[in-house]
Amino acid sequence: MSTKAPLDSLLARHGKDPSGLIEILRDVQAALGSIPPEAVAKIAARLGLSRVDVEGVATFYHFFTARPAGTYAVYLNKNVVAEMKGRAEVARAFEKAAGCRFGETTADGLIGLHETSCIGMNDQEPSALINGVVFTRLTPARVRELVAGMKAGKETGKLVKKTGDGANQSRLVRAMVDNNIRKPGPVILAPFKSGAAVRKAVTWTPEDVVAEIKRSNLLGRGGAGFPTGLKWEFCGREACPPRYVVANADEGEPGTFKDRVILTELPHLLFEGMTIAGYAIGAREGILYLRAEYAYLKPRLEKVLADLRAQKLLGKAIAGKKGFAFDITIKLGAGAYVCGEESALLESAEGKRGAPRPRPPFPVQNGYLGLPTTVNNVETLCAAARILERGAGWFKTLGTPKSAGTKLLSVSGDCRKPGVYEVEFGLTINRLLEMAGGRDAQAVQVGGPSGTCVARGQFERRIGFEDLPTGGSIIVIGPQRDLFDVVRNFMDFFIEESCGWCTACRVGNTLLRQKFEKITSGKGTRQDLKEIEAWGKTIKAMSRCGLGQTSPNPILTTLLNFREKYEARVDATRDYVSTFDLEAAVRDAAAVTGQTLAEARHE
Amino acid sequence: MSKIKFSVDGRECFGKPGQTILEAARDNGVYIPSLCRYEGLKPTGSCRICTVRVGGRYMAACTQPLSEGITVENTAPDLEDMRRAMIEMLFVGGNHMCPTCEKSGNCELQALAYRYQMLVPRFPYQFPLRTIDPTGPKLLVDHNRCIKCHRCVAMVKTKDGKSVFGPLYRSKRKKIGADLTLAAGLTDDQAKKAMDHCPVGAILKKEIGFAVPIGRRTYDKAPIGSDVETPRT
Repeated sequence: MSTKAPLDSLLARHGKDPSGLIEILRDVQAALGSIPPEAVAKIAARLGLSRVDVEGVATFYHFFTARPAGTYAVYLNKNVVAEMKGRAEVARAFEKAAGCRFGETTADGLIGLHETSCIGMNDQEPSALINGVVFTRLTPARVRELVAGMKAGKETGKLVKKTGDGANQSRLVRAMVDNNIRKPGPVILAPFKSGAAVRKAVTWTPEDVVAEIKRSNLLGRGGAGFPTGLKWEFCGREACPPRYVVANADEGEPGTFKDRVILTELPHLLFEGMTIAGYAIGAREGILYLRAEYAYLKPRLEKVLADLRAQKLLGKAIAGKKGFAFDITIKLGAGAYVCGEESALLESAEGKRGAPRPRPPFPVQNGYLGLPTTVNNVETLCAAARILERGAGWFKTLGTPKSAGTKLLSVSGDCRKPGVYEVEFGLTINRLLEMAGGRDAQAVQVGGPSGTCVARGQFERRIGFEDLPTGGSIIVIGPQRDLFDVVRNFMDFFIEESCGWCTACRVGNTLLRQKFEKITSGKGTRQDLKEIEAWGKTIKAMSRCGLGQTSPNPILTTLLNFREKYEARVDATRDYVSTFDLEAAVRDAAAVTGQTLAEARHE
Repeated sequence: MSKIKFSVDGRECFGKPGQTILEAARDNGVYIPSLCRYEGLKPTGSCRICTVRVGGRYMAACTQPLSEGITVENTAPDLEDMRRAMIEMLFVGGNHMCPTCEKSGNCELQALAYRYQMLVPRFPYQFPLRTIDPTGPKLLVDHNRCIKCHRCVAMVKTKDGKSVFGPLYRSKRKKIGADLTLAAGLTDDQAKKAMDHCPVGAILKKEIGFAVPIGRRTYDKAPIGSDVETPRT
């Protein structure tokens, strides 16, 4: 098939600014089902880039493919909770019904089966994205139905039978996603009247707005906990406008989905938080960086932005304040966990590979297009709007002295009531498990794979920056699970999602994973336990960004909190266990020479 | 010009504003081993070998700006062991056969391995399957040896500033690719520079080899770092 004509007209719809490269590649992938070499060449020529630059971006992101991804491109989540909820049978059903394996596309090019990292649907697994449309709670029977629909040539959106609750039913969303709001709270999941916060903010000076946020002790909700007020102050102080506000809606930590619920039900609160940040730091432009997995929400988010413009809550003279202009655009990612790291996110927003930058300089000095930028988590910006509306004093009455306010938790795994809980900081794991119906858990993964695996004996520990900080991912691990399966899944995730920039993360995580396999397969010694710990610490110390600095955590925190499980796998009486597998070593030779294995071994 | 006072392993040093820790240390005769860094190119912090410890925190000396009063640890045994681990990772993560390599003796990875007295790496060899690509009429890229330092990415540009080399893929699949059309336009001088900038033997100029015999090459004469280091007594 010649791709010339559609490619040319498609490219003509885009500008020639390289910062638009990811949007262009997204369009090409959607239209052609892949990014073929001739597209790379044409895009490079049009943007004035070298081909290798374009290819570099196209090969970095998960949802771009060099080979056709299939008329129906199925991306099945391979998260550990999906595994718990029956992903293996669902995957087999897809392979059987479609007639190809994962990693392949059917001979007629109709269906492509792909695996993908967490898509933010942990409360309704197993789930998949098919041409960007979300399908949740998959079963083998449902899969057969879906594949039959594909073979009949149905439009992907028409394969959705029933939409979820709330705004998931909106004409612009029509997703079968459920919000699963289990516990509303006072700050985020509360009634909010659009404009209430920004109207108040503009009666203050920007300095006073920053001071109020500082007084509230609001700490970044992505997990790192940097003081938001301080970030805004640093950014506002930088001399050279224009400055930018960027909302980080790239929640990729496996197990987190709370921003999905905010983006579905409370986008106006988020946009208001961004507008207030813009007022505080003196920015005229904001960018919502939306993860590719949530692209299904974009049409509605655009509509909300249009409504806000109509209500004079975006645009010029916002809320009647002369001289205060601010507007927001949405930029989509294309599948890369590392882009949740703020400097990688900025690279991606500029249309480049999502490799983190060296820091310093920090984004407040050298952010989007090199200009001062505050990058804040979606939940942080929502909290900031509420603080402006209700006051820092009110906010500080919630939570603990060191962790003011509330936190949205995405609870999933072996519990009866998975979903989003807004809780005050200081809540114990025990209390959370009671609410979620997961009291028999053997372990709870707090903060996703990069966080901590907490053992049963420690369930009186508390959610908060002083004890267990978390971006919000809580995975309940029931007594029936093999904890090592969880660790393995997490390590594979980090290996896949490493940007590959630095030695420690690119090479080290694979070595760590192999050592883990050696130990858990019963071939380890006590020396291996010492080494795996030392290697893990080396990777943390020597890595360039937060990904590598936390990627050994699944191993290190289970080694700390579940030491006995590791000890049980090693033979303490032996100093050396051979890992050489003679059978495997001669298998190929035996096959080639037509010998039996015994003959090949000269027995 | 104002001076910035700092210390490296207890030794008092002075640096200039705008310098990185690595540059300031070098001016004081202190060698902080590095591999991906190349004088005159923007540092990328990819190899992590120049990692130092400041106030208990680890940072790449090649990208970290110097600041007043910092106490830098450069030769603590545990830190040196982690640096050695990075060198070993680079060896096991690729396929490095020094005796047959054109760059032997001029190779910075090999020179660092000698400095760190690496005999057998602690990590298992990965033996990844890598290719050797003809890259234009003048160059050959042996991906077995590439350590993804990004020097060629930053250095080898066309007249109008386009990159000839660039990173492809991510994770352990990451590799340095080339724009073959642009590579075809490289001059002899550019091709030689590309090879000379490569710290290992990944970028090779065609039609010339072993012009200087092994035994008479840069690090055959003096070990890496000796140009900077005050002789240790």
